[in-house]
Amino acid sequence: MESTFNSIIAAAAPLIIASMGETITEKSGVINLSLEGSLRLSAMTAFAVAFWVGHALAGFAVAALVGAAIAAIIAYSSIGLKLNQIAVGFVLTLLAIDLASFLGDSFVGERGPRVPPLPIPFLSDIPFFGKVLFDQNLVVYFSFFTIAATWFWFYRTRPGLNLQGIGERPAAAFARGINVNKLRFWYTVLGGAMVGIAGASYSLDVKLGWRETLTLNLGWIALAMVIFGGWHPLRVALGAYMFGALQVLAFQLQDVFPGVSQVLPVAPFPLMILALVFVYSDWFSKLGDKFPRMRNLLGSEAPAGLGQVFERE
Amino acid sequence: MSLEIRDIYKHFGPVRANDGISFTVEEGSLHGILGENGAGKSTLMKILSGFYSADSGNVVLDGDILDLSSPADAIAAGIGMLHQDPLVFLPMTVLDNFALGNPGPVRLNRDEARSELERVSSELGFEFDPSRLAGSLTIGERQQLSITRLIFLGAKVLIFDEPTTGISATQRLQLFDTLRNLAEHGLIVLFVSHKLEEVEDLCDSVTVIRQGKVVFEAKMPVAAETLVENMFGKVFVVQDHEEIPTGAPMLWLADVELDEGTTHIKGLNLQVAAGEVVGLAGLEGSGQRVLLRACAGLLQPSSGLLELDGIDLTKASYRAHLASGVHYLPAGRLEEGLVEGISITEHLVLASEDTSFFVDWKAARKSAEKEIDDYSIKGRPSSSAEELSGGNQQRLLLAMIPDEVKLLLLEHPTRGLDVESAAYVWTRLLARRSQGTAIVSASADLDELLRYSDRIIVFFGGKVFAVRDAAETDGEELGYLIGGKERV
Amino acid sequence: MTQSLKVTSTLVAVGAALAVGVLLLLAVGAPPLEALWLLVVGSVGSASKLAITLLAWSPLILAAAGLVVTFAAGLWNIGVEGQLIMGAIAASWVARSVSGPVWVVVPLTIIAGALGGGAWALLAGVLKTHGHVHEIFGGLGLDFVAAGLATYLVIGPWKRAGVASTSGTDIFREEAWMPTFEAFGVSWPVIPVALGIASVVFVWLLLRGTLFGLKLKAVGSNTYSSYIRGIPTNRYLLGAFAIGGALAGVAGSVQATAFHHKLVPAISGGYGFLAILVVLLAGFSAVAIAPIAFFFVAISVGSTQLDLRLGVDSAFGGVLQGVIVLFVLLAGGWAAKHASNTLTPRKEP
Repeated sequence: MESTFNSIIAAAAPLIIASMGETITEKSGVINLSLEGSLRLSAMTAFAVAFWVGHALAGFAVAALVGAAIAAIIAYSSIGLKLNQIAVGFVLTLLAIDLASFLGDSFVGERGPRVPPLPIPFLSDIPFFGKVLFDQNLVVYFSFFTIAATWFWFYRTRPGLNLQGIGERPAAAFARGINVNKLRFWYTVLGGAMVGIAGASYSLDVKLGWRETLTLNLGWIALAMVIFGGWHPLRVALGAYMFGALQVLAFQLQDVFPGVSQVLPVAPFPLMILALVFVYSDWFSKLGDKFPRMRNLLGSEAPAGLGQVFERE
Repeated sequence: MSLEIRDIYKHFGPVRANDGISFTVEEGSLHGILGENGAGKSTLMKILSGFYSADSGNVVLDGDILDLSSPADAIAAGIGMLHQDPLVFLPMTVLDNFALGNPGPVRLNRDEARSELERVSSELGFEFDPSRLAGSLTIGERQQLSITRLIFLGAKVLIFDEPTTGISATQRLQLFDTLRNLAEHGLIVLFVSHKLEEVEDLCDSVTVIRQGKVVFEAKMPVAAETLVENMFGKVFVVQDHEEIPTGAPMLWLADVELDEGTTHIKGLNLQVAAGEVVGLAGLEGSGQRVLLRACAGLLQPSSGLLELDGIDLTKASYRAHLASGVHYLPAGRLEEGLVEGISITEHLVLASEDTSFFVDWKAARKSAEKEIDDYSIKGRPSSSAEELSGGNQQRLLLAMIPDEVKLLLLEHPTRGLDVESAAYVWTRLLARRSQGTAIVSASADLDELLRYSDRIIVFFGGKVFAVRDAAETDGEELGYLIGGKERV
Repeated sequence: MTQSLKVTSTLVAVGAALAVGVLLLLAVGAPPLEALWLLVVGSVGSASKLAITLLAWSPLILAAAGLVVTFAAGLWNIGVEGQLIMGAIAASWVARSVSGPVWVVVPLTIIAGALGGGAWALLAGVLKTHGHVHEIFGGLGLDFVAAGLATYLVIGPWKRAGVASTSGTDIFREEAWMPTFEAFGVSWPVIPVALGIASVVFVWLLLRGTLFGLKLKAVGSNTYSSYIRGIPTNRYLLGAFAIGGALAGVAGSVQATAFHHKLVPAISGGYGFLAILVVLLAGFSAVAIAPIAFFFVAISVGSTQLDLRLGVDSAFGGVLQGVIVLFVLLAGGWAAKHASNTLTPRKEP
């Protein structure tokens, strides 16, 4: 039982990191549709670099740069060139996926460095929770950190408050003296860097090694998680953990129900659709009114300025 | 400390929004800026608050020439702007709206912010529930929040752009007390408005702007006639009116209640006869648009009865209204009426009643050429909607009205048009009266309303304020009525 | 924006993309010029290669034509892959279950393809209009469901006698094979090419010459104004989905009956997503998609040669295609920005 939960937390870690990054990006009003491509390319790059250099950390660093670079292209083309974010994001997705396959050939099947386990002394001895939460590695601890940091940044800091304003009503934020476009650019790049780190966690930790099917289309799932989570870090994290649970449970049930391994790769997607229908249903949308204190958590409205180009005049 | 506006020029394409504006406001004064829609007041205020950059000219505060390249600069200089539609973040709380953008340490201490909010708001006489959503506040309350915030940030100049649109009478009184209070404390308050009574009531001095220029400047009190004359120019022409037709009612509203956003209209009774032209007067947000939308079927009455030519359309959909002979021309020509990227010919095809599957483009083009000629549209059949000037877009919209219409609903049909185009629009519209078409038209142009309407209904504060026969009133009285004041 | 600025920037972009391609080839140690030459030779260098390229061309055009319709309605039909797959599945079902002469079975497969793809697209459409699920996610989710269904059929109910393998179902009976035209010792895919060209003509006619197409464009450009005009916007959106899906479904049926002659898990060949790139590059114009699609399949088909002869991953083709589209988009944006800076600015606020 403990080890199942432990696996869930570990399996979900990359999805958490990627979703948090995209939540930040979208909170500022930009859609980075390239997640699937970014994840794959950064996963491959991370493995390749780590393999060469011999150390996992190098892989993570470069992966963050790759993710950031892709995000920078999206940010610049949207903010500077006024191109459609979805179009550019989609093209980058396909491009990055193919690039990862093309450059990653020589690394398929190789064994590379991995992130070592790092149980935290004392904390990992706590019954149940200790084993589940604190007998993990740096990647998992980083995923915890991203959830906490994103939540804290959004809801407990001034810059975070400004961030919410930028995505919600850029004109009003601009009227308050906030430099909307500059901040949108940097938040998008930050989100991209986090996606890069998530990619690295696939090839250097969770799945180990590089192959084309490595990321299991979880880039698309991350995008859906942000919507499902109503752009609130805690709810997004909840969705990601639910998916992690799905993967782990399905894996464990494989022996019991033989057909499961075929359904497994597909199952997330109808569930994703159902989750979105649920979140946009009348019943759920009214929940925010019933529980005003939890409004942030229960709301599902996108930042009103999402995807729109902001022009001052 | 005084605020000096020196020779501000600003153009948008061929339009000169501000054409050499200069005036000075002293410390501690409540200064009114009066002018019609489109006179250039908003542009000037946007320049003052850093949204636009002036083409040339200077703004001098307390002897310093200000660099106002962005709102951040304006705020730093102490100039705060309150927009007509207060720029609040609707899904966020009052407290967050107060704090967003304020300087301070990275860590946001909401308790501290809460006490700051309470302190400043109680000084101003306002009361807020910090945990309410800004979207649930009325416009008046959102305004109060914005004022609180700007005072907290240390504004020295406060600009109020049409602040009394869409707020209740009580809130208005409160607002005025606040403004007087602020001026007494040495702030410069600029009060941009149409409303004569308020400017008379409130302001120490006034500047009147018309067509981008300052046409009048004085300390109050100033006779209302003088103000009105300067705002509108001398355009009060008394027209001969045709007899008001007493045909069967085409449009009948009985005890209708309408709710949309912050507008609530109760107990609306209206009858428009076939061939009659009813003009709706009033400032933005006073209720005319809501009435038009209800007649169009875009808004269902909360209660009451709506009949067109004897058919009950109270619960009917928009498409049912269209099918029954209603035609709606919205104000936003390009946003709501026409489609960008689609040519004149294509628009006319969409508007035609021909439902054949294949479009005969040759015939369509010929027909478009005919309409272009008929309506004097300056454009070719292949010109797309956004390439046309406002006047020509309106002519296109006219050409798209079906041949047989029972009720024509118009929103600002001549907004932004030159005199010639405006006159043309009305000639075409009036020609339909002989078919029995009833026309209901909302407009900000008082002269237009007087010239073409049989009756004029004045809206103020979300209610029907007055009804007049056009033959028995004039521009001066309308000017008062729009401002919520009966002429003495 | 002047035509010449647009044309120059596009050419520069393509040139830059090719340069990037060369750099990448060098990075993996492949001889760049030989590789590029292989792309050409591998796609149009011989009659048989040309026939293969033409056969790949048809599903791509069909899918792209469908996308032109959905884009006209303002939709991002990312579900095109799934619609392709469902068309292929429907066609495969007909191929496996309907007996008769070839001139009965094959047309039925095409119809089945259209119905399968169209229905799948309508599903995404209804999710949008009634479930408020954005068509990107609805389409994407359904893409993966369709792919899963294809895999399931191949290793489950439709598996090859004896051994369940992901290499595909049993080969279809001959009556379900798309007939070809023999000339110069090569089998030419005349019917698929004809279908492809017909789809371009159909879409062009639909959008240019019919009232339906005009209303569709209006809905795509300004949904609210169209509603005020009295157009039933939901119905038109769903109609666009149905047509786009049907064409993608026919593309799928061609893949099944003309190319693979069986159902395989990867039946779509990625043509759905590739078609999106084609339409983006074509600026959403029906006329331009034919030559651009040909250019793209030439790259795809040619790049299989890279794998065979030089050991270069055939994903190089996809990389080249992606870089070309990206650079052209960026160049277009840059040119537009540059042009607008020199014009008199701003409309009236």
